[in-house]
Amino acid sequence: MASQSTALQHHFENAEQQKDASTIGMWVFLVTEIMFFGGLFLAYMVYRQAYPAAFASASNKTDLWLGAANTTVLICSSLTMALAVHYASIGKKNLIVLFLVLTLLLGGTFLGVKSVEYHDKWVHHEIPGANFECEGCADAQHASLFFACYFGMTGLHATHMIIGIFIILYLIVKARKGDYGPEWHTPVEMFGLYWHFVDIVWIFLFPLLYLIDRSGGLKG
Amino acid sequence: MITAPSPVLTKKNYLNEAHSLKSWLLTKDHKRIGILYLISVTFFFMLGGLYAAMIRLELMTPAGDLLESNTYNKVFTMHGVLMVFLFLIPSIPAVLGNFLLPLMIGAKDVAFPRLNLLSYYVYLAGGLFIFTSLILGGVDTGWTFYTPFSTSYSNGYVLTTGLGIFIAGFSSILTGLNFIVTIHRMRAPGLTWFRLPLFVWAHYATSMIQILGTPVVAVTLFLVVLERGLHIGFFDPAYGGDPVLFQHMFWFYSHPAVYIMILPSMGVVSEIISTFSSKKPFGYTFIAFSSLAIAVFGFLVWGHHLYVASQSVYAGMVFSILTYIVAIPSAIKIFNWLATMYKGSVRITTPMLYAFGFMGLFTIGGLTGLFLASIGLDVHLTDTYFVVAHFHYVMVGGAIMGFLGGIHFWWPKITGRMYPEGWSKLSAIMVFCGFNLTFFPQFLVGYMGMPRRYHVYPPEFQVFNVLSTAGAGLLGVGYFVPFIYLLWSLKYGKLAGDNPWGATGLEWKTSSPPIHQNFEVTPVVTQEAYTYTTEEVAHIG
Repeated sequence: MASQSTALQHHFENAEQQKDASTIGMWVFLVTEIMFFGGLFLAYMVYRQAYPAAFASASNKTDLWLGAANTTVLICSSLTMALAVHYASIGKKNLIVLFLVLTLLLGGTFLGVKSVEYHDKWVHHEIPGANFECEGCADAQHASLFFACYFGMTGLHATHMIIGIFIILYLIVKARKGDYGPEWHTPVEMFGLYWHFVDIVWIFLFPLLYLIDRSGGLKG
Repeated sequence: MITAPSPVLTKKNYLNEAHSLKSWLLTKDHKRIGILYLISVTFFFMLGGLYAAMIRLELMTPAGDLLESNTYNKVFTMHGVLMVFLFLIPSIPAVLGNFLLPLMIGAKDVAFPRLNLLSYYVYLAGGLFIFTSLILGGVDTGWTFYTPFSTSYSNGYVLTTGLGIFIAGFSSILTGLNFIVTIHRMRAPGLTWFRLPLFVWAHYATSMIQILGTPVVAVTLFLVVLERGLHIGFFDPAYGGDPVLFQHMFWFYSHPAVYIMILPSMGVVSEIISTFSSKKPFGYTFIAFSSLAIAVFGFLVWGHHLYVASQSVYAGMVFSILTYIVAIPSAIKIFNWLATMYKGSVRITTPMLYAFGFMGLFTIGGLTGLFLASIGLDVHLTDTYFVVAHFHYVMVGGAIMGFLGGIHFWWPKITGRMYPEGWSKLSAIMVFCGFNLTFFPQFLVGYMGMPRRYHVYPPEFQVFNVLSTAGAGLLGVGYFVPFIYLLWSLKYGKLAGDNPWGATGLEWKTSSPPIHQNFEVTPVVTQEAYTYTTEEVAHIG
């Protein structure tokens, strides 16, 4: 286990100050992320409001079961991540590695399912652009905006997942060396915040893109 | 006059502790990173200035005789893009903020030194993208990238430029993040929030805007890039997309961005005015909170760019009122600075000249902003030279005056040497006169109806344009002279000593130039900022 003195950078007075700085920094970063996704959420809201019929019928093209399965996968990955942070804080090296690996696998599963969904859209020409088609869509001309939002939002989310997976790999390597323990495990904790954030974004995306108007009960 | 002991250069300081190129390019020292930024922003400023010169030369005559209309479009676009994204936004925060924040709060460095270095390289990468598009043939959309022109019709390099701004934006975000954490967690013992220098408050407010606004413009430009590359239809009316949505998202950042440029400048002016009046700023808390108020209200006024862009009149009225409200915290600052000088022992130094210039030019820029905030008048003035003059008074008259004032004020701290007094005063006066001669006629000619972004205009406007071009020449010389003498002073300038101005900030308590760790011993603060003791006042003589 790395001792406190090697982990403490020269410009901090003590470990507590260093950890506080990391924590505030991470939360501020998550605020910028909210603003970053916020632009896309805004576009989604504006266009959903402008073209309710197109959005309602186009959102029925999403695969509810794959989306729901992915939601479950991601929530489970949040649990494994939280456990990894917990075991880092009590210094159980093998368990840190185990739960990081599980998180990695669940994240990978999510991306795998996502790419199946993307492929499905590709096959059905449901990708905005010259060859766009939306079979049986009401207001098909504007349905492509739904898919523009769909790909924009899930694409940005998936990008965050991919970046996250690379960071988990790094954390696994470090954890195997026994770098994280009760005195110092800030990277694991900070990455936990990031991972939960990415999960929460999905918790918003799932209803917005898959669920609203599914029953046909809500009419814009 | 009491003769102070003759100053000596600190033997070992941040400049000479290592000499290799690597020690500069991979430095994690906030002071060296500040210097790297200084070199880079100066380069982009000169490049942007070159484009400004081309604009002014073209506009000397009513006919389009120097540049073709397409070329002219590219020239004013590159001028705007370079100046806004690569010079004005990073100028004070990334150069002076980086150098001074840790010194002012008694810290050894910013909270995340590695991230700080990363921000610099992210900035350079963004600059490289923009520079590449410039080499390839430029972009002609104006710095605002309005859709659908930018996404469907422009023949310029919108992709590379948009990506460049997207990337540079992350540098700005990371710098803001770093400063916020630094101010929260790195303050020296005893340095409570209300003992902080006003420069720090101004940078805190600036950082808030950087972290809240910049991600939005980043995602907006990203959508423009996607739209242009893949035609997904976000802003394309053919698919039901709304081009005005782009304007909302763009101005949600780009209006507050003006405050990213002006707030740090106000911080600089607060420091200069207090120091050269040897007096505590009048209404410290008012100045501090007015910075935050400007940051908050600055986010609620973007709609005043859309009065003529299909926005509802009722929304327009709300935005109009909110825009008027921003004038209040801005005016608070101006009046407090004036009150600070009242009965102070005012010294007319070069930084002080720049601070005076700031107050005059920013007041004109701010008040003409109120003209533009009123809906009726704005319909007449939209897209005329009146707007161009207004925002140059704020962004150049305000931000660059503050930048130059700050560079002169802290030059002795940064380099350990003084700049030549006579030349610097002369150039400060040249900048002020040249600036007014350049931009005041533009108010008049804009009010008469000359539109912006055209290189051909009716002959009756020529006299104003000739005046403006003449002023630009003077302004250019005024900017160039400091470049020469500041370089000269690096070697030949008089040694400055630790505190040549009798200023009170912690940055003046350490040596000039500061040592690598900033302070020999972490300072302990026991009193409010700007407590001028007899010792410091006597030092001035």
